[in-house]
Amino acid sequence: MNHLVLAEAAVNPLIPKTAEMIVGVIAFTLLFLVLRSKVVPMFEKAYALRTEAIQGGMEKAEKAQQDAAAALAHYTLQLNEARGEAQTIREDARAQGAAIIEELRSKAQEEAARITAAATASIEAERQQALTSLRLEVGTLATELASKIVGEALDDQVRQSRIVDRFLADMEKSK
Amino acid sequence: MSQLVVAGGPGFVPPSTSDFDLPSIFGHSAYSTKPVFLVALSVILISVFFIAASRKAAVVPSKLQFSGEAIYGFVRNSIGEEIIGHEFMRFVPFLFTLFTFVITNNVFGIVPFLQFPAMSHVGFPYVLALFSFVIFHYVGIKKQGLGKYLKGIAFMPGVPKAVYILLTPIEIATFFLVRPLTLSLRLFANMFAGHLLLLVFITGGDYMLHDSHIFMKVLSPFSFAFGIGMSFFEFMVQCLQAYIITLLTALFIAGALADEH
Repeated sequence: MNHLVLAEAAVNPLIPKTAEMIVGVIAFTLLFLVLRSKVVPMFEKAYALRTEAIQGGMEKAEKAQQDAAAALAHYTLQLNEARGEAQTIREDARAQGAAIIEELRSKAQEEAARITAAATASIEAERQQALTSLRLEVGTLATELASKIVGEALDDQVRQSRIVDRFLADMEKSK
Repeated sequence: MSQLVVAGGPGFVPPSTSDFDLPSIFGHSAYSTKPVFLVALSVILISVFFIAASRKAAVVPSKLQFSGEAIYGFVRNSIGEEIIGHEFMRFVPFLFTLFTFVITNNVFGIVPFLQFPAMSHVGFPYVLALFSFVIFHYVGIKKQGLGKYLKGIAFMPGVPKAVYILLTPIEIATFFLVRPLTLSLRLFANMFAGHLLLLVFITGGDYMLHDSHIFMKVLSPFSFAFGIGMSFFEFMVQCLQAYIITLLTALFIAGALADEH
């Protein structure tokens, strides 16, 4: 027991050994220098690269989104323009169609009027012709008939025409 | 001396502080002890791992880079940026070194064959606390000027004058004595006690296994099992202590950077 106490007293754990303190200083300093020069900058570089990669990716995505939005706006605008244009064209076509129909109708009416007028004129001319030839023939026929009935030669021109006129006048009177 | 006692003593000799006094591996040099080799090994392992992990600095990280970045990002963002604020980047290399250095050496405490936390030798935590101490005071002095910085510590603004009789000694002690001491002793004591606890269960189980009494032999596996269970608990403490020393250092730096604390 006495030996044990002596042994314990010989090694006071709170008294540092000079050699170990020197080793501690050297070891720690060495490790510090190695980690500071070789390890920390590399890890920081990896961090920076990663941040950059993420940030770059995000910026790229943002730009793509902006581009897409711009394209959408552009196309929407174009679509609206096209729609407006189509509307105008449709209206123009309708107006033109109406004009064409109107024109055709008036032309047709004109034509019809012209055809009617021509027909009326030709009918009138033919009636006049028919009337003239009829008068001539009726005169001849009646004279022949009368000469046959009466036996009297009515070849005297003057008399003949007087008789025909009287006959006709009688016919018209009796009508 | 301790070996003599263990060999000659009757019955179970519980592990003591002398178990931390490891002999030199080569010759009698104080620079060839196990903790010195472990610290050197940790520097090599951390350097190799993180250089390999950060070498490519790829946008899409490999598994190796991802795991390295996870640790770096934890210190950088959760400790550095969160606590120090916009000037944090200047201190990231230091905080990162502190965290990786402490956690690696702590975890060595439960790594098979290594199985010794270098931070249970108080010299190493003292050194770390010293670095932290120098840096946060330097930052404060550079930011606010020596006079203003010291005045801010000794005479906290917005306090009635009479209170200074009590407050000034407490504040001065806090900034120049308590902070570095608690920083180093917390780490040291946790690692020391944790290692001692594991030693108790493992050497105890070993002792019981070799005891002539059958009852002791039967109970021996329970001691080992408890030792293994405590190893997991120790792993948690080791990570937590690495986090705490880094966090507190960041807090001290943040306090020194702030115009008023």
